[in-house]
Amino acid sequence: MSPTDPAPGAGPGAEAGAGTGAEAAAAPPAVSLREVSMAFGGKPVLTSVSLDIAPGSVVALLGANGAGKSTLIKILSGVHAGHGGRVLVGGEPAALPSPAAAHALGIRTVHQRIGEGVVPGLSVAENLVFEELARRGRNPFLSTRHLLARAREIQDTLGLGWSTEVLRRDVAELGISDQQLLILARALSTRPRLLILDEPTSALSAAEATRLFAIVERMRADGIAVLYVSHRLGEIDSLADRLVVLRDGRLTEDLPRPFDWDRALRAMLAQPQAAATARPTDGRRGGAVALSLRGVPLLPGRLPQDLDLREGEVTGVVGLLGAGKTELARGLFGAEPFRTGELELDGEPYRPRRPADAIRRGVHLVPEDRHADALIPGWSVARNISLPFLSSLSLAGLVRRGQEAELGRRTIDGLGVVTRDEHSPVEELSGGNQQKVVVGRWLAERPRVLVLDEPFRGVDIGARRDIGCRARALAADGSAVLVLSADVDEVLEVADRVVVLADGEIRLDAYGADAERDRVIQAISASV
Amino acid sequence: MTLTPSTAPPVTAGKPAAAGAGQRVQSAVVTYGFIFVTVALFAFFSLTEPTFRDSATLLDTLRYVSVAAILGLGVTLTLAVGGMDMSVGAVAGLGVTVAAKTMVIYNQVGAVAVLAVIAAGALVGLVNALLIVVLKVPDMLATLGTLFVIQGLKLILVDGQSISPGMTLDDGTTAPGRFTEGFLSIDRGTVAGVPISVVIFAGLTLAAWIFLSRTRWGRVLYAIGSNPEATRLAGVRVGAYRTLAYVLSGVLASVGGLILASRIGQGDVSAGTSQLLEAVAVALVGTSVLGRGKPNVWGTALGAVLIGVITTGLTIKGLPYYTQDVVEGAVLILALVFSFTLSRGNRR
Repeated sequence: MSPTDPAPGAGPGAEAGAGTGAEAAAAPPAVSLREVSMAFGGKPVLTSVSLDIAPGSVVALLGANGAGKSTLIKILSGVHAGHGGRVLVGGEPAALPSPAAAHALGIRTVHQRIGEGVVPGLSVAENLVFEELARRGRNPFLSTRHLLARAREIQDTLGLGWSTEVLRRDVAELGISDQQLLILARALSTRPRLLILDEPTSALSAAEATRLFAIVERMRADGIAVLYVSHRLGEIDSLADRLVVLRDGRLTEDLPRPFDWDRALRAMLAQPQAAATARPTDGRRGGAVALSLRGVPLLPGRLPQDLDLREGEVTGVVGLLGAGKTELARGLFGAEPFRTGELELDGEPYRPRRPADAIRRGVHLVPEDRHADALIPGWSVARNISLPFLSSLSLAGLVRRGQEAELGRRTIDGLGVVTRDEHSPVEELSGGNQQKVVVGRWLAERPRVLVLDEPFRGVDIGARRDIGCRARALAADGSAVLVLSADVDEVLEVADRVVVLADGEIRLDAYGADAERDRVIQAISASV
Repeated sequence: MTLTPSTAPPVTAGKPAAAGAGQRVQSAVVTYGFIFVTVALFAFFSLTEPTFRDSATLLDTLRYVSVAAILGLGVTLTLAVGGMDMSVGAVAGLGVTVAAKTMVIYNQVGAVAVLAVIAAGALVGLVNALLIVVLKVPDMLATLGTLFVIQGLKLILVDGQSISPGMTLDDGTTAPGRFTEGFLSIDRGTVAGVPISVVIFAGLTLAAWIFLSRTRWGRVLYAIGSNPEATRLAGVRVGAYRTLAYVLSGVLASVGGLILASRIGQGDVSAGTSQLLEAVAVALVGTSVLGRGKPNVWGTALGAVLIGVITTGLTIKGLPYYTQDVVEGAVLILALVFSFTLSRGNRR
């Protein structure tokens, strides 16, 4: 109600203090940013970002890694206090010093890492009611009856219809998509003004994503403002009302529907690049079989599968979550050995019981989750690169640090890693550059077979192209390369040969023109 | 409060360098704070107590801390792999008993006793590794369990009595052996005026530093402590390395036991009990000494020296021995505040 808004020309929210009832028809934006800036250690991360998000609108935020998306989200969700500029909520100046303050103002965030939003060990019902349990002044004694009743009310905001039996289960027993729905229901039950969805589909299958889109549509109809952050252009195209592009901490484009994708991608990337549709491959067929699987069931209770990986080609495996993709990758690498079936590497029996066995035979894996499974936090880029092949850098056990630094520099140059130098802590790098470090570590000794599981996840388009080129160069040099992804376009972009995996079984195995996008999608959808 | 005048010059001397940014001051405090405190206390005790200035006192201080320091090195190795070895004090105590029994009852020479003690330490390390690596018992609980078992085993080994040379045995005869001169010289002998136990302490510190910071094996131990799954997927046999850490910890603890046995000169059944907390404290203080927030060898060695300086200084100042625990505990808490509060704020 304060009539002191000092920015009369700033936007539709400016007349908030004017007091003319007739103007109330033009509702103020749910949330506005005015010249918001943020710097870490003197380095600007966000520069003068102004943005209005109207109630009932879905604003998509697009940006390469390191563009400042996470910082923007963290400012809005109260994680980063001390930003420059102003935030208006419902037309009123607002302070966001803590997540609790953001919640109180009706700003809710559903983070990319779904597992961080639920408390394992507590039941589904307790997780649904969790925030109310922690509220100050609440009756400290719990009644199971009340808990379940309240949990049902909250799940009804999304019409989840979980039975009492499900509500009583440990939340860890829910699938990742159901956990996300739980978090969404909890957020929506507070009737938020703005809901921030950060890469909400990154862990979901196509069917689960469709369910999420329906929920976003309903939020729009309910007048909730949505800030939708995603790398997936198709989702933005079908969901968003507006598209804003962040590059190097500045908002560079603000586009209405229908979206001009060429313009959006140009705004997002430093140099103009073709949208990721042109296929650079010539459908080359590889040479001799490097690695063969015979009679290997990828998922328990499914039919055994056969697959040959040939040298000189990039084999792309498309499979949604739960298709057996990661099981294939981890089995080949000995991280979770196959129970049955025969493997041969260059005609010799190959039975990796642990990753060390696979590495000795030249089979390398870039795992799906670089933070959990690849990077050593707190270590420099050079040390992260040298880890798998330390013994060849050592003399009598002593690490030769000059050679290690040189390997680091070589890898940085070879893959175009953006970093101050090889001694920088790896967590200072953006996601795409961290991924390059993980890929680069496995190139220090030439792999016979390189397996890349979701190498482009959370990676900007520039890094994605660099990594893809490196994979193709490796195949051209005579290695066998296997790229596994849930994203059809990512695979088509890099692979000579496309294998579609669904429900633990191979549904398509095709080269070149036979592996057209429509056929691949058909093969996936035929099994849904 | 009398501390202020004597420390004033170094404070002002240190300030101009870091005068610019407050952040840099904090970073300097985190990195060098502990070294500074050690030097300042040392200067303070030296200036106020003439006996402290004596080089013999300094060497005595180092001799006094050598056992806790060597045990602390073992704890540091297990901290590096993300674990913890609570059994080091008990292993040292077991070493005292094994040494006494080997020499006094079985009438063996010192070298045999040394081998027996080290073998016992390695064996306990293997048992710890079996529990933690193979049977997946949480490290703290597993080593707490072996601590109790070793304490008991030690008593069974000697029928609950301390072994001393010339003692009367159950069958009425006199114990045939004694602590050999060579064995006793481990703690009592000197090399160029430096006690042999201090030489061992220095040598093991150097060796442990080279091992942890310069070799690929040490590198891998730290990697396991940071992210075990990523390390496994980089081709490391994580279980073997964690086993190595616990076995080395057991061996180092048994070396501490050798020094202790040589110092006591008899098979005191209660030996080693007080060393556990000191060793753990030293290793934890060590994580903060250089502001690294991670276990490191120099930090552990300096932490031991700091605790030694404080206890010796306060003893000379006339503080009764029973106040030592309070002082050591306070140092530990201060160190943990350094590690967890200041250095975390600094890292942002």
